[in-house]
Amino acid sequence: MSSKRLGFFLLLAPLVLWLGLLIILPHIDMAIVSLRTRVAPREYAPSLDNYAAFVTEPLYLFTFLRTAVMSILVTVITLIIAFPISYYIAKIAKGRSQAALFLMCLVPFWVSELVRTFGWIILLRETGVISGFLQWLGLADQPVEMLYNDAAMMLGLVYTSMLFMVVPLTTTLESLDDAVIEAGYDLGGTGPSVLREIVIPHAMPGIVSGCIVVFMLSLGNYLTPTMLGGKDSLWFTQLIYSQFIVRFNWELGAAFGFCLLFASSVIVWATLRLTGQTLERTMGEGS
Amino acid sequence: MTADLTSDLECRALTRHFGDVVAVQGVDFSVAAGSFFSILGPSGCGKTTIMRMIAGFLEPTSGDIRIKGRSVLGVPPNKRPVNMVFQHLALFPMMNVAENIGYGLRRQGVAKAEIIRRTGEVLERINLPGIGTRKVSELSGGQRQRVAIARCMVLQPDVLLLDEPLGALDLKLREKMKVELKALQAEFDTTFVYITHDQGEALVMSDAVAVMNAGRFEQVGAARDLYYRPETAFVAGFVGEANRWRGRVEAVDGTLAEVRSESGLLIRTQGQNLRPGDRVEIFVRPEAIAINLDAKTAAASPNQMAVQVSALLFNGANSRVLVRDPQSGAEIDVALPQSAEFSNLAKGAQVHISWGREQALCFADATL
Repeated sequence: MSSKRLGFFLLLAPLVLWLGLLIILPHIDMAIVSLRTRVAPREYAPSLDNYAAFVTEPLYLFTFLRTAVMSILVTVITLIIAFPISYYIAKIAKGRSQAALFLMCLVPFWVSELVRTFGWIILLRETGVISGFLQWLGLADQPVEMLYNDAAMMLGLVYTSMLFMVVPLTTTLESLDDAVIEAGYDLGGTGPSVLREIVIPHAMPGIVSGCIVVFMLSLGNYLTPTMLGGKDSLWFTQLIYSQFIVRFNWELGAAFGFCLLFASSVIVWATLRLTGQTLERTMGEGS
Repeated sequence: MTADLTSDLECRALTRHFGDVVAVQGVDFSVAAGSFFSILGPSGCGKTTIMRMIAGFLEPTSGDIRIKGRSVLGVPPNKRPVNMVFQHLALFPMMNVAENIGYGLRRQGVAKAEIIRRTGEVLERINLPGIGTRKVSELSGGQRQRVAIARCMVLQPDVLLLDEPLGALDLKLREKMKVELKALQAEFDTTFVYITHDQGEALVMSDAVAVMNAGRFEQVGAARDLYYRPETAFVAGFVGEANRWRGRVEAVDGTLAEVRSESGLLIRTQGQNLRPGDRVEIFVRPEAIAINLDAKTAAASPNQMAVQVSALLFNGANSRVLVRDPQSGAEIDVALPQSAEFSNLAKGAQVHISWGREQALCFADATL
């Protein structure tokens, strides 16, 4: 074997090991675990019982759908908030302020997600900053609890995801020549029409790539729903956790995991088809 | 400058400041309907600022812009009857050629069938019929250029602004596009305002050229006037090539004068209001200098000297000879005639050069 080929395989080795050991192997094992059922202690038989349980048990299915729908909602809200921010950073801010704004988006990510989420708890809890402020203003006559509901959870998820939307959006918007926007106005375009016909079509790869990342992160998030969500805001990852850790029912947990993987794949595929983008293009242009 | 009814575009005392910097200072001009007007100047002279003010992307600090006699101050770019061809053309990459051309019509709310008809028509006129469905990235540089012009012309603007659109093209194509642009302007019969730092582009295409420097117009006129009768030292130095000497007037006789350059060269010239002791700048174009192999034919000229060839710069029809005056050591740039007589001219050869008084352009030295 020539040294050139050896070099090629050595370079490829980390990737193959990473994919093989951390992604493919565990998934194969999970797939096997999910497709069996315990008939007696330490005795298993192949069956589809776990998937049947997922489909027939309303709580599981409901939580699953709720998680998917809310993740889509988080993605949409993040996009709506991040787009003007990215546009400002990429097109309006100049020089130092541009760098400073970008850094401000990045700074919260220097601390762990746990600490960031705890920041929201400090703000939103009954004895927290906002509650106190409202009482001080006289707008509330008793402590207000703003935690442990869907709104608080969404807030946390949007906050956590923001950077992953801002980065690809800013990158694609920066690549849009200012003269193209000016040409849009020069030829008779108005603000909304330039946005619709020129800016958004150009930013589409960034929008889709940001949306995919944010959606995946929200769908697979465990910490934020646990800390900020209430007893009614059950997240699908919490179900998986409880099956694995609380119930020791690895078979059902593995089946749930696969359902989640399947759902996210379908939704991402559908988004790409719907927007006419390819995975190659969005990932190439995004962050 | 008087308001005249045939002018499509008129600027009066146009001034623009950026903070403390004055980018454009009291510029006045009017462009006759259907003419090709160029603003020529070095980069940073303020020509792009003027263009952006006409297009509406910048508001002037003071002064007025009138298009077909109506002031457009305060009118946003999308409402002005001018369109602009951008430096890098700024075609919309997300649209095909027909969508690019139809964009402005769609914005005006023109009916679909009408848009298709007019887009087809304008593509005929730019000699690119049937490319409507092509992507912008599939076009050649020259085709893009024409599509960018068509995208504006389909809207039938009163004035078309062109911001150095040939800058990004290679030399051969640029030469070809110069001729083509002039032909397109005649075809559409619209007023073109063209800005460039390339004098070749400005001189070849324009009916009138404004030479701009440091925020002001130095001279406005036909290409020929700028070349043969420059009014300022800047125009003489910027338009065309020139040998340039700084010196002091030694003797004056009416309009005739003798100037001694800093290197010691004596130049006989002519000019108004010159007094002995004045500091002046002298410009002599390389092609205005006659070159002879022997002194006899050159004898009649007021400026003549025997010189030695110090370098030959061969460039086809634009070939030059650098000659050195043995007394002053001054180097003079002379155009090489394309005759057989000089085909064997070699470095070190003795030649005679001469030029007339009227060919030595004399200006008061502005740098003092």
